Amino acid sequence: MADVLLKGIKKSYGSVDVIKGVDIEIKDGEFVVFVGPSGCGKSTLLRMIAGLEDITGGRLEIGGTVVNEIPASQRGIAMVFQSYAIFPHMTVRENVAFGLTISGASKAEKDQKVAEAARILQMEHLLDRRPSQLSGGQRQRVAIGRAIVRQPEVFLFDEPLSNLDAALRLDMRIEIGKLHKSLNATMVYVTHDQVEAMTLADKIVVLKDGYVQQVGSPMELYHRPENLFVAGFIGAPSMNFLDVDLVSKEGDTARIRSDLVSEFAAPAWRADVPASGRATLGIRPQDLHPVESGGVLHGNVTLSERLGTETVIDIALKDGTRILASLAEDRIFTPGEEIALDFDHAHAHLFAPATAEEQAAAQSAA
Amino acid sequence: MASKLTQSNKAGWLMAFPGIALIAAFIIVPFFLAFAFSLTNQRLASPNPTEYVGFDNYRDLLGLAIFTLEPERGENGQVLRDDEGAIEYPRLRTFTRNNPDYPQLDGKREWFSWQSGENRTVVLASDVVFMRAVVNTFFFVIFVAPVQAGIALGLALLINQKLRGINVFRTIYFMPVVVSIVVVSLLWKFIYSPGDGLLNNILGWLSFGLFEPRDWLGSTSTALPSIIAMSIWQGVGFHMVIWLAGLQTISPTLYEAAEIEGSNKWQTFRYVTWPGLRNTAVLILIVITMQAFALYAQINVMTRGGPLDSTQVFVFQAVVRGYERQDISGGSAISVILFLIVLAISLIQRYLTREKN
Ligand SMILES: Nc1ncnc2c1ncn2[C@@H]1O[C@H](COP(=O)(O)OP(=O)(O)OP(=O)(O)O)[C@@H](O)[C@H]1O
Ligand SMILES: [Mg+2]
Repeated sequence: MADVLLKGIKKSYGSVDVIKGVDIEIKDGEFVVFVGPSGCGKSTLLRMIAGLEDITGGRLEIGGTVVNEIPASQRGIAMVFQSYAIFPHMTVRENVAFGLTISGASKAEKDQKVAEAARILQMEHLLDRRPSQLSGGQRQRVAIGRAIVRQPEVFLFDEPLSNLDAALRLDMRIEIGKLHKSLNATMVYVTHDQVEAMTLADKIVVLKDGYVQQVGSPMELYHRPENLFVAGFIGAPSMNFLDVDLVSKEGDTARIRSDLVSEFAAPAWRADVPASGRATLGIRPQDLHPVESGGVLHGNVTLSERLGTETVIDIALKDGTRILASLAEDRIFTPGEEIALDFDHAHAHLFAPATAEEQAAAQSAA
Repeated sequence: MASKLTQSNKAGWLMAFPGIALIAAFIIVPFFLAFAFSLTNQRLASPNPTEYVGFDNYRDLLGLAIFTLEPERGENGQVLRDDEGAIEYPRLRTFTRNNPDYPQLDGKREWFSWQSGENRTVVLASDVVFMRAVVNTFFFVIFVAPVQAGIALGLALLINQKLRGINVFRTIYFMPVVVSIVVVSLLWKFIYSPGDGLLNNILGWLSFGLFEPRDWLGSTSTALPSIIAMSIWQGVGFHMVIWLAGLQTISPTLYEAAEIEGSNKWQTFRYVTWPGLRNTAVLILIVITMQAFALYAQINVMTRGGPLDSTQVFVFQAVVRGYERQDISGGSAISVILFLIVLAISLIQRYLTREKN
């Protein structure tokens, strides 16, 4: 059993608070991904779990034991670094067996465990090479091999794939997914890449400025983001945000309108949406589709990008506000063309009023 | 204007000229002149014309011979002994002075000898002082290179930590490097001075007066070790900085990876630090070796080769010969020998520490 429990975890460097009180519960065997904009503290949090950074405040438990003061090597964790951190002067075999060498294991045990790890990662043929003779993907395999040999209860990954090119990243992502299934270990994974987060995670933790914004399954985060930041951060292209007036609010439904948005009823379950006054409306570009007549939004196409499987159009509304729509088909638009857009009103997101800066920040963080 | 300047070769050469001229005048030309002079009988100032003498200078420096002396025997073959019972031998001089039967011993002197049964084996050298210099220099190098490199590495490891005020220590260790070696030598001459010198005082104080004051630089057994000690002290900061630069090229994540694997301090040094310092180690060994072979200022200031030639070294010999004895060709020959030795050692070191793959 290796649950990981973070309770009120804090980290400060001198007077700079980096992690400002984080509670996360990671269950045994779960694949948890930390995402968030650069500098939000993902790596710091992971390194605190690993034992590479001191914990300033709060309680960290692994497998039911408080490990705040326990050294990294005794926490039952293994870590895979973005820069691979494999030892350049050792062969792949020596690298993978490093932990065993350190602890004085017998040659037979080493051979057996290295062979096992090499089989899992399909790198038997690489064992006698040196790191300088390996590609980036192969190096990362070696680093993962070294982690497997430790038989840890918790695997920690800090952006393990971000130094790889796109094709290799896909391969390795699938590989890591398989590894999680076959080893059944708890995994904590930090990434910038939304696709990695969405495909690998059982649970995603969205962080911003040292706080947890939301914890949930990928689809929960996508369909029911709790705040504007998560809404803008998850999904690509980012959610469109528009300021609207609340006409009325009844239970979890509100009628809204603005100069740009025709009146309609939207779900308003978020607690901080006021009963009247202003609010921020969020619509995912994928939810929008052009309609011949009627529609909620009206504007002119300024740009369209045809990607084959999808078409992304940039639309200027009456007052110049720009929104994006992403259509799951190949369609030709001419710039300047008038367009009316509608969407499934149940998919609208209503948030407490946010300034233009907050909206832009949430959109650009992704 | 600028483009014309960069395109014009003439301007380029003109600007490079002062530098090239100085390098040529003080490094390149003397280097080749040393080779040339070493094959002649050139003197610093002499009315006689210079003559080509082939390898005579080298023969005069490096000539060696082994000779076995048999004891003097009485009429019935018994070994003669002196009043104290020591075996009597014929005088060496009878073989080395104008003895046509032993041309290979002509002009040579005893360097050292050992007893084998009744016989005495003598090693003779054309230039005993130079041989002492060779031995002393090698002793100095063999001692200074590993010890200085080792201490410097130790200091670098201590200094390569994130501690408050660590820069103070860095500065302190580096300070002797910045001070002129002549000044350092003068200071240490005081430290080592006999009787009431600083070192004698400290040792006396530490041993509650039991320590007998010594004449550190005035005794053959302590003079060279004393110079070795102060030379290590003086140069260690410089090599510490080179080690430090090497240490900082090692990626911190490698240390973190080792930490997670449970590697202790020694294992981390062995598996992470030392392999990462390989190239630095080669560089440092070569630099220290070369610097050690060039030992001169300390000797010149502190002992001038004495007592009894116990601190004679290469460069000091070259200078003494070339300028004090006005024997430029002999000094040049020493320089050439030194050059060849240092070159050979550097090549060997490079070969031994090459990347094996
Ligand atoms: N040693 C340190 N001293 C002071 N501040 C630090 C230190 N290490 C990290 N920080 C700060 O802590 C914050 C979080 O850093 P962290 O590396 O965890 O970010 P991150 O979320 O992993 O970012 P990225 O996605 O760019 O890797 C940053 O603002 C960084 O400047
Ligand atoms: Mg990071």
